[in-house]
Amino acid sequence: MQSTSRQFKDNAHRALNDATLQRALGNVKTGFQEKRAQVVSELPEFEALRDAGRDIKNHVLANLDFYLERFEENVTANGGHVHWCRTPAEARETILEICRRREAKTVTKGKSMVAEEIGLNDYLEEHGVEPIETDLGEYIIQLRHEPPSHIIAPAIHVTREQIAEDFRRHHTDLDPNRRLEEPRDFTDEARAKLRERYFAADVGITGANFLIAETGSTVIVTNEGNGDMTQLLGKAHVVVASLEKIVPTLEDASTILRLLARSATGQEMSVYTSFSTGPKRDADMDGPEEFHVVLLDNGRSAMLGTEFQDMLRCIRCAACMNHCPVYAAVGGHAYGWVYPGPMGSVLTPSLIGVEEAGHLPNASTFCGRCESVCPMRIPLPKMMRHYRQREFEKGLSPQKARAGLSVWSYFATRPSLYRLATRVATGLLGRMGRGKGRFSSLPLAGGWTSVRDMPAPEGRTFHDLYKERAAAGTRS
Amino acid sequence: MAQSSSANLPTSANPTSSSDARATKAPRVGLFVTCLVDMFRPSVGFAALKLLEDAGCTVVVPAEQTCCGQPAFNSGDNKDARAVAAQVIEAFEGLDYVVAPSGSCAGMIREHYPELFADDPAMAQRAQHVAKRTYELTSFLVDVLGVTSVDAAMSGTITYHDSCSGLRELEVKTQPRRLLAGVKELTLTELPGAEVCCGFGGTFCVKYPEISDKMVTNKAEEIVATGADTLLAGDLGCLLNMAGKLKRLGAETKVRHVAEVLAGMTDTPAIGDPKAVGPKEER
Repeated sequence: MQSTSRQFKDNAHRALNDATLQRALGNVKTGFQEKRAQVVSELPEFEALRDAGRDIKNHVLANLDFYLERFEENVTANGGHVHWCRTPAEARETILEICRRREAKTVTKGKSMVAEEIGLNDYLEEHGVEPIETDLGEYIIQLRHEPPSHIIAPAIHVTREQIAEDFRRHHTDLDPNRRLEEPRDFTDEARAKLRERYFAADVGITGANFLIAETGSTVIVTNEGNGDMTQLLGKAHVVVASLEKIVPTLEDASTILRLLARSATGQEMSVYTSFSTGPKRDADMDGPEEFHVVLLDNGRSAMLGTEFQDMLRCIRCAACMNHCPVYAAVGGHAYGWVYPGPMGSVLTPSLIGVEEAGHLPNASTFCGRCESVCPMRIPLPKMMRHYRQREFEKGLSPQKARAGLSVWSYFATRPSLYRLATRVATGLLGRMGRGKGRFSSLPLAGGWTSVRDMPAPEGRTFHDLYKERAAAGTRS
Repeated sequence: MAQSSSANLPTSANPTSSSDARATKAPRVGLFVTCLVDMFRPSVGFAALKLLEDAGCTVVVPAEQTCCGQPAFNSGDNKDARAVAAQVIEAFEGLDYVVAPSGSCAGMIREHYPELFADDPAMAQRAQHVAKRTYELTSFLVDVLGVTSVDAAMSGTITYHDSCSGLRELEVKTQPRRLLAGVKELTLTELPGAEVCCGFGGTFCVKYPEISDKMVTNKAEEIVATGADTLLAGDLGCLLNMAGKLKRLGAETKVRHVAEVLAGMTDTPAIGDPKAVGPKEER
């Protein structure tokens, strides 16, 4: 996917002025925040589970090679194949090759952010294979030719009215006067449309929430059952997953599953939790004839051993973006690449470079709400700050900001001079502002006064007043 | 919340009043004024001073302080952040406690100074020493000194915004409310979304003014909707941001730092309000 992260400010400007988008974003609060808070409050051991989840992932990341090889051995023993892919291009080609061997015309797809990361849909289409998204949200945005704006609710930026319009435009064989108002209407219509595609599909492609080393299984969680249809009805099942999805055991997967849905949608468990272990065996009634796991690195192994390693604990629950006031203001597309919100503000520069995605770790107030809800206790603000350090060291931060900082630090490290400068500035501003108590515009403070008034200082600095009082106190 | 070793503190089981504190050796508290209070609202500094002295502390205001270093630290400029931090450490390390009328600056010293000097063991140790002794004002009063009431009155209804750093880095949530409950004639109406960022974020508000605007507009609308006549918070950065937006929107809500109300020092104009004219005007 081509990044527009460099244009973050323009993207944000457009998003803030898009009334339809702003209306759609209003759902985040009731839809996710309140449900999560409710379900978390009902589980006394939630905080202990967060520790356990973090520890499992830390252990995996310290022994990643071991568990990945173990996973491959078990997939192979079950009759499946693991394809190690360093780059998005390798992953795309591997998947196309499988599709070609099966002479696939159409493939059904479960929801996968890694598939977005490698630009799979466009690539397959260019090579004569039609990809069909089966997750309702993904289906909607595929009709709209848009990327997802959220990692678990890809169409959260779309209103019901817009979905109704899209469905009427694309499903022209249906009664034009049919009712399309409630989520149920959309689900029923998409389900009917998709049913025929499942049976016709040659290959089913899904992502994975977990890869389990001890069994060679892959796990997906869904609420619509579309993932099961995708992975069972195609003649080949291709799982595309990034390598940090690995956990050692079924027990470990269960521990993290208890965190995942609660953090994501505020459910205790998702409706479907589906385990895939190898292709159809002789005695099985059905299932795919081939089972492939396309294991993507794309820069992740380079994060190991760096200050960004903790990011690889992420389980893609989206709690961080669901609670992020910046995400709530601008939505996911403004971030300009696959992963939005706080996790994207760390992962995107890690995967496509801080030169490209430098805005993202800066567009945060460090309010810390993301870290406070992260089930894996990923220190997101700290890592965003590390990116700011890299930008500063590489000279990528804006010249004006750097110049401002060096003037500030010159004074801040010379207290006597600082006292003098603040006395003059405070006195001047205090006198100028005493009539109204505030400024509606101020030279050099346009960033502030363009959107809010600047309260005027009281007129003298604390340190001056304190010194004066202390002197008066000694005299008396 | 964890308390640091309190060698100079009253060790009585329930040190609820300042007289208990005075009975033993008074703790020497360094007031970290914060750069914004110093420049914009010295009243907050004097309110903090009064609250600490009323609670039995000997308050020292080291002259060699300017800022906590956050502007540099959060801009990725660790070299300058370290230089400023070293100055703060030097100025405050001889004292029993460091107290700031700000969760943001106290959080910087407490949570981030040790991390800034991770590569310099000697400095890291000094940073750790100061960090352990650093508190946000209301948290220090309640959690360390055990203050349960203040001698203040203010008639009216207030609402309260929980500033992010204080809330999430230092767990400041109940302490200001506990103290406010003792202010006579005062009613607290809780602010929905009190824990959601106001959009200040230090340099964020000028680097991304449009996003900041959206956030502070939401906040201002929620504040006005409470019907409270005064908004309080514990961090001047957030207060300047919210007051500035409320003024721009033409709202009547007064804005003050919580310390002013707790110290009973509310005869000064609220943040962003004009100076009273007439005989009361100073000088």
